[in-house]
Amino acid sequence: MKLSTDIGKMHLKNPVMTASGTFGYGEEFSDFIDLGRLGGIVVKGTTGQHREGNPYPRMAETPSGMLNAVGLQNMGVEAFCKEVYPRVAQYDTNVVVNVSGSSIEEYCDVARQIDALERIPAIELNISCPNVKKGGMGFGTDPAMAAQVVRAVRDVYGKTLIVKLTPNVTSIVDIAKAVEDAGADSVSLINTLLGMAVDVEHRKPMLSTVTGGLSGPCVKPVAVRCVWQVAKAVKIPVVGLGGISNANDALEFLMAGARAVEVGTANFIDPAVTMKIVDGLEEYCDRHNIDDINKIIGII
Amino acid sequence: MKKYITDFTVVGRRVYGDAYFAMELEHPGELPEIEAGQFVEVEVKGSREVMLRRPISVHDVDREHNRLTLLVQVVGNGTRRLSQIGEGERVSLVYPLGKGFLHGIGFVPQRPLLVGGGAGVAPLLYLSRCLTAQGASPTLLLGGRTAGLIASRERFEAVEGAHVHYSTEDGSLGEKGLVTQHSVFGKDYDAILCCGPTPMMRAVAREAVRRGVPCEVSLENRMACGVGACLCCVTETREGHKCVCKEGPVFTPQTLGWDNE
Ligand SMILES: Cc1cc2nc3c(=O)[nH]c(=O)nc-3n(C[C@H](O)[C@H](O)[C@H](O)COP(=O)(O)OP(=O)(O)OC[C@H]3O[C@@H](n4cnc5c(N)ncnc54)[C@H](O)[C@@H]3O)c2cc1C
Ligand SMILES: Cc1cc2nc3c(=O)[nH]c(=O)nc-3n(C[C@H](O)[C@H](O)[C@H](O)COP(=O)(O)O)c2cc1C
Ligand code: FES
Repeated sequence: MKLSTDIGKMHLKNPVMTASGTFGYGEEFSDFIDLGRLGGIVVKGTTGQHREGNPYPRMAETPSGMLNAVGLQNMGVEAFCKEVYPRVAQYDTNVVVNVSGSSIEEYCDVARQIDALERIPAIELNISCPNVKKGGMGFGTDPAMAAQVVRAVRDVYGKTLIVKLTPNVTSIVDIAKAVEDAGADSVSLINTLLGMAVDVEHRKPMLSTVTGGLSGPCVKPVAVRCVWQVAKAVKIPVVGLGGISNANDALEFLMAGARAVEVGTANFIDPAVTMKIVDGLEEYCDRHNIDDINKIIGII
Repeated sequence: MKKYITDFTVVGRRVYGDAYFAMELEHPGELPEIEAGQFVEVEVKGSREVMLRRPISVHDVDREHNRLTLLVQVVGNGTRRLSQIGEGERVSLVYPLGKGFLHGIGFVPQRPLLVGGGAGVAPLLYLSRCLTAQGASPTLLLGGRTAGLIASRERFEAVEGAHVHYSTEDGSLGEKGLVTQHSVFGKDYDAILCCGPTPMMRAVAREAVRRGVPCEVSLENRMACGVGACLCCVTETREGHKCVCKEGPVFTPQTLGWDNE
């Protein structure tokens, strides 16, 4: 049975990847799972310079989900290339770098430096982070601006370019089409939904930034809908994510049109969940006599 | 240290007043190495509100029977749900997590003071066992608003080689007042190790720094992953944000910048 699939020029041994910001650099989970059994790992959002992120508290649990306001805390691209890359280059899986910035120049600068890393087959351009004041989601909510940043990065980055979209827009299809026309090899969706929670005892917001990004099982129906709409409208492969916690969830995304999926928040609840999802996909294909998982992609 | 995800079986339960309970958990095989001050992430099943695991300190370790004990204060939905788990039920733990006590001070103290308040007394039991096993004679100072809120006293008092003292705000047990006002607090120690509410830890750390005694405190930030992957649990330090779950929960006042207030 064939579970392998392709996103642009990147070949995945199975469609199960991990989502940026929820899986560190992979090594945090290597005691629990065999990283080599993953289709890919999308590492932390990386920016031009080191960032401290937002003040604590940055997380609040909500029914079947959580809000985060980490704000792209990361070591910066240079430290990533020097300190982290040699370690992640050893993994027997695709390591994708999630790239963020506050300006087109910053996105391009990071993309250029990652392009030089032989063992990184793709970047995921994050134009959808709700937790930073400048840039971030701003680029992802306007088709013209989204196209502009993607075109600029396309000029300097030759490998597989995935663009991560925000659901916090009226028409995610318009953004996806603009990004496709600008030269993206793939789109991934969804990033977190903008949300908010209040601590009524203390009469204060739960997060230092007041608002934050909602993730987890509660966002899944929104994500499946977005994937279905976008997959119908673009020719490039779609990577689906948002609330995936088991193989059935992953199958929903695949049937709605995703060529691969990413697992995020569920890793916090069960650090071995990705292995169960890979096993579950195999089991499903077995049970339904499916010899190639690509045959069920986009059947809805 | 290698981390595990394992189903434990609840083999014992004990309730302390309205607020606290202890849960004894048995491992299916030999327990891995665990440091005093490390914690576990407990899965909370069957709650509509709770999705994430809850971080809880290792209160006690019984290597002979492959058991560990958690001491939990009921403060919300997650801990309330945990308080309802009965004997024979299974509980999933991700453990052992974080860096325990003594890394920051860098030696094994022989005459340490261990100060705990509220649920913060939890890690001090296993810590006092580890210390006495290495020949130390720790002084334990456990504080609370009232006697009923100082849990697991029988276990602390049974640690051979440890000296246990209490302070309560209402004077119902031990000396009346705050831990920093207790008569043993001012004595001479080679280290002060503390876990409790932040105002208490700050007061203890301030005094330790003033006296030049090596000190460590253990933080309880809100967590999501517990393994250093999500960066939700950070605390401010001299060197910027650090993950409490991975680089802590135990820190020195110097690292936290608590030494110059
Ligand atoms: C490393 C570590 C070790 C711990 N060890 C123990 C232990 O041994 N025993 C024990 O009883 N508890 C311990 N805690 C605290 C325990 O994790 C929390 O009390 C628990 O997660 C609360 O869950 P809940 O669902 O019951 O409450 P929730 O419903 O999540 O919270 C109840 C209320 O408390 C507030 N709150 C919860 N957690 C925090 C926090 N960390 N900081 C500020 N406000 C908060 C919430 O905002 C809410 O108002 C530890 C925490 C950490 C990080
Ligand atoms: C703590 C946390 C940090 C995140 N950091 C990033 C990030 O740096 N870049 C990014 O593109 N998405 C980030 N995300 C969004 C996730 O990658 C994912 O899009 C979202 O959480 C939905 O998937 P899930 O419900 O499976 O978690 C983060 C999410 C969480 C919960
Ligand atoms: S809880 Fe995720 S990094 Fe500490």
